[in-house]
Amino acid sequence: MNFTALSFTDVLLLMLGAVLTENFIFSKFYGCCPFLGVSDKPDKAIGMGMAVTFVMTVSGAVTWAVYYLILLPLKLEYLRTVAFILIIAALVQVIEMFLRKFVPALYNSLGIYLPLITTNCAVLGAALVNIQKGYGFIPSVCYGFAAGRGFTLAITIFAGVRAKLEFADPPRAFKGFPMTLLAAGLLAMIFSGFSGISF
Amino acid sequence: MNDYMSILIAAGVFAGLGLLAGALLAAASKIFEVKKDEREDHIVAVLPGANCGGCGRSGCAALAADIVAGKAAPSSCTVGGAAVAKQIGEIMGVETEIPMRMRAQVMCSGTSELAKKKYVYAGARDCIAAEKMGGGDKLCANGCIGLGTCVATCKFGAISVIEGVAVVDYKKCEGCGACTYACPKHIIKLIPYDSTHWVGCMSVEKGATVNKQCAVGCIACRKCEKNCPSEAIKVVNSLASIDYTKCTGCGKCVDNCPRKIIWSSSRQNGELVIVRLPEENLQSLS
Repeated sequence: MNFTALSFTDVLLLMLGAVLTENFIFSKFYGCCPFLGVSDKPDKAIGMGMAVTFVMTVSGAVTWAVYYLILLPLKLEYLRTVAFILIIAALVQVIEMFLRKFVPALYNSLGIYLPLITTNCAVLGAALVNIQKGYGFIPSVCYGFAAGRGFTLAITIFAGVRAKLEFADPPRAFKGFPMTLLAAGLLAMIFSGFSGISF
Repeated sequence: MNDYMSILIAAGVFAGLGLLAGALLAAASKIFEVKKDEREDHIVAVLPGANCGGCGRSGCAALAADIVAGKAAPSSCTVGGAAVAKQIGEIMGVETEIPMRMRAQVMCSGTSELAKKKYVYAGARDCIAAEKMGGGDKLCANGCIGLGTCVATCKFGAISVIEGVAVVDYKKCEGCGACTYACPKHIIKLIPYDSTHWVGCMSVEKGATVNKQCAVGCIACRKCEKNCPSEAIKVVNSLASIDYTKCTGCGKCVDNCPRKIIWSSSRQNGELVIVRLPEENLQSLS
């Protein structure tokens, strides 16, 4: 097992990068469905963001262990996508049951969003990026957490924008979804400013 | 041969992973089992399911949980009314007092022609936004802004804005009261469903001021108060208001109101018929 050697500063940079320059939604276009679907109210968006962060962090740890302890020794790396989908889906279910039993307050606020994450591409994407870049265990967990925070940031900002759009009076052809997509595009352009533009 | 082996290993690993995940989930569902009160599901089945928020909770499921937990009365659902309250009482095994059926009423008669405006509003099409701009475009501080925040709030599609004033369709209104919270002017009130008369004004200004602001504002002339045989209508703070426990629905206030802002409803084949003026009242009955 050869992992990319990362110092503490590198991990911090990695996390900052996952939030801003390589934001999952705006530069990788992962998790666009919940981004558009659950961003109509700011409090909903924050709930969804929390749920995604939570699942990404835990799944980062579990998928890492499964890949390096089971798939790699058996030379089954090529099946990681299928394996990760299975693991994440089972994991989300267990987390949901665990929360319902022991942390009802958290369950009530995240409960309806957790099943939505079962097949969320952002969660799967974070797990796959960890393997692709060859991160060790701790960077993987940190990356998952930071990517989740990046998702939360993006969806919360967007929910704020949509709350304002509610009261806008656009031409009829732009009303509703077209307007939302335009706003999402503009936001993505703003975020591209973090990584700079080169030709 | 080697190829077959690798396929077998892959199948074996995935079968193992699948079994492991399945066993884990089965175990977790036993370990983390939460005993849910069955009555909660029964109550959710009885409730209207509109999630209107009229009871002050996020939805019907939340109300059911509160009723089972004893935090809410079985009659808390304003939309379901007597029938639902009775059924929930049976599920909970307690006697319930039957709530009175209510309906929402917009207490403003100042249509865009009758109420004077102080400026032309061209901002966001929302009453709460307009309210922030000096209390809306009408001179009257208690007039309907007419941008339809209540329309957007109503889960039953019962409200529409006609000539700049919100109007409730009584056939659709379930009396949940969500609009009374949504209105930034607080001029939508819940009144008993059967009540026959109401004052279509909420202005508490003095008569002279009201006269300058709106052609149909209550000027507190007290004619209704003096003519009411059952002392049900009183002028308080320069505004007439009806005490529905005393009102007999005789309609003398309607006849005597010089501003024609006391509205009356009469019944036709059991249906509520809402009319404005005494002569229109006669027309709709004939």
